[in-house]
Amino acid sequence: MIINFLYAAIKAGTPLLFGTTGEIMTERSGHLNLGVEGMMYMGAFLGFYVGFHTGSLPLALLAAFAIGLFAALIYAFLTVTMMANQNVTGLTLTIFGTGFAKFFGESMIREAGGSPKLADSFMTTISEKPIPVLGDIPVLGKLLFSHNPLVYIAVIIAVICSIYLMRTKAGLNMRAVGENPAAADAAGINVTLVKYIHIMLGGGICALGGAYLSLINGGGIWNNSSAVNGQGWISVALVIFASWSPMKAIYGSLVFGAFSVLQFYVPKDIIQIPNAFYVMLPFLITTFVLILASMRKSKEGSQPAGCGVNYFREER
Amino acid sequence: MLKKLLSLCLLAIMVLSFTACGTKKDDSEAGNNSDFKVAVIHIGDPADGAGYTFAHDQGIVAMQEELKLSDDQVIRKNNVNDADAVAIRTAMEEAIEEGADIIFGTSWGYMDTMDEMAKEYTDVIFSHASGYMSNETNFNNYFGRIYQARYLSGIAAGLKTQSDMIGYVAAMGIDNSEVTGGINAFALGVESVNPDAKVYVKVTNSWLDPTLEKQAAEALLDMGCDVIAQHADSTAPQMAAEARGVWGVGYNSDMTKDAPKAHLTAPVWKWGVYYTKAAKDAMEGTWKSENYFGGLAEGFVDVSTLSDNCAEGTKDAIDAAKQRILDGFKVFEGELYDNQGNVVCAAGEALTDADITGAMNWYYKTVEVK
Repeated sequence: MIINFLYAAIKAGTPLLFGTTGEIMTERSGHLNLGVEGMMYMGAFLGFYVGFHTGSLPLALLAAFAIGLFAALIYAFLTVTMMANQNVTGLTLTIFGTGFAKFFGESMIREAGGSPKLADSFMTTISEKPIPVLGDIPVLGKLLFSHNPLVYIAVIIAVICSIYLMRTKAGLNMRAVGENPAAADAAGINVTLVKYIHIMLGGGICALGGAYLSLINGGGIWNNSSAVNGQGWISVALVIFASWSPMKAIYGSLVFGAFSVLQFYVPKDIIQIPNAFYVMLPFLITTFVLILASMRKSKEGSQPAGCGVNYFREER
Repeated sequence: MLKKLLSLCLLAIMVLSFTACGTKKDDSEAGNNSDFKVAVIHIGDPADGAGYTFAHDQGIVAMQEELKLSDDQVIRKNNVNDADAVAIRTAMEEAIEEGADIIFGTSWGYMDTMDEMAKEYTDVIFSHASGYMSNETNFNNYFGRIYQARYLSGIAAGLKTQSDMIGYVAAMGIDNSEVTGGINAFALGVESVNPDAKVYVKVTNSWLDPTLEKQAAEALLDMGCDVIAQHADSTAPQMAAEARGVWGVGYNSDMTKDAPKAHLTAPVWKWGVYYTKAAKDAMEGTWKSENYFGGLAEGFVDVSTLSDNCAEGTKDAIDAAKQRILDGFKVFEGELYDNQGNVVCAAGEALTDADITGAMNWYYKTVEVK
């Protein structure tokens, strides 16, 4: 029972992990992109579309990643180059991305003459199966080594991002840009370039989360009305919970995933709490974490100082 | 001077456009068949290809073909949030402006707005699915005995299950008698062929949320259920069952094409039966404000074609049960107990349609909420 619950939690947390890692990369470079939901929607659509037509998982993921890059490029152009308000631009991107996916989703359904369904061979590729040898370990084998391939990809991306951020010079530069772009500029870092690269990278990773939702969660069928359904927004909240660290995002997404499936695994005959309470839990915890973080008064694990503020060189 | 001329021009254009509106209105009131227009307000998007809105839209399509209406004569308003009174009003006013003679509202939440607007637009017919409001001139409601179809689909599930554990993904909890009545009818169907089987319910609290529905289905599968039934709009529970290599009973539309290896059958609405009748009456001017409540006998509800996944003898069992219902079997006939041990229907009595679709807030004795 517990194992099944944790297993379901990992699955529920994976799309969030993609979204959170992507948004952490974006925010660390000093930009609050509220377009996660929209970028996920675009990734969900294109990932599904390419998967549906080519039957190839790598191509589907690549396509999702590419459209995420493109969506984030729009955002980066507007906020970095044109200095538009970040919140408004992000929200617009959410609305645009959602509409984009639904518009083309509908024409995909027309084209297929009914709800499009991924090929069986594709479903086998993305199905959950134990890794040989490792998957045979009792308990751990099921929990850690019996997932669909995207779960591993999500964790690997999060780990790479974490190493990149904390252990490389490029990561250091990028953090400097996020904390204090003026100082970074003075130190000779190309602020605009760094911002562009990481906003786009972040968008690409977010879009992979969307692809996870449409390919895995949809069970191989495109659902036009609610492919992403708010997971992008939960990812934005999770960034705060993970205190802008991709490593913590791994635990964080597990915790949020656990809360989202908790209502189905609590024995209802013993514990009777209204379902709405379970839906509320992740946000309650986030609030709690925020309060704790503000009480700690440490710079560690707080929002990058330059996040949300556009950098205008002439105003130094 | 130029300014005055300009404003005069604008005034002239305005007056002209008013007259344009007026003449158009006169045309539509002349009332021959090519001017007749049907509008439907959907909560979702028919393009989804399965589920509640799709099922309604199939009914509209059937009506259109039957009455040989052109595409211009059918007005669709999609994705109209049924909790947003302004959106509902706007959608219906647009439809009326486009010349709708009869408006079908497919979701529960449209009811109050339709009631108000029926008083304002007395020459338009308003017809509302699943509600209880109506008036004597131009507003009625329509719904049906879907519980009869659920009872039949329970037979397919009861014969198929090996573990005697059947999962049921429910959109709403015990308070919603549309859902609860469906679960109980399904459980009665299961029990009629397999007295040992139990029905385990998980509630998502959302009519449409593929992610939640899939998670609920997987939790039921984790418990050991080997048939997953649903009262939820997406195909996700069926896909979850298929991924585990077990079975499922869908809802609203035939989901066999979505989960060909898992799907047994689905209780389905044949909305077209009512839409054709109502639109035909409206077109011929014989429409009367009577509430419609159809069932198996009218062909308004049914189970979808049984798939090859069904256990042997399912067809015979369902056909026999269908005949019993047509012969007057009420599905909820006493003596019935709820899962707390109370008698909810005394021996020799039967529950009425109003009890089943409007006032059922107990679970049958073989049902357990998990």
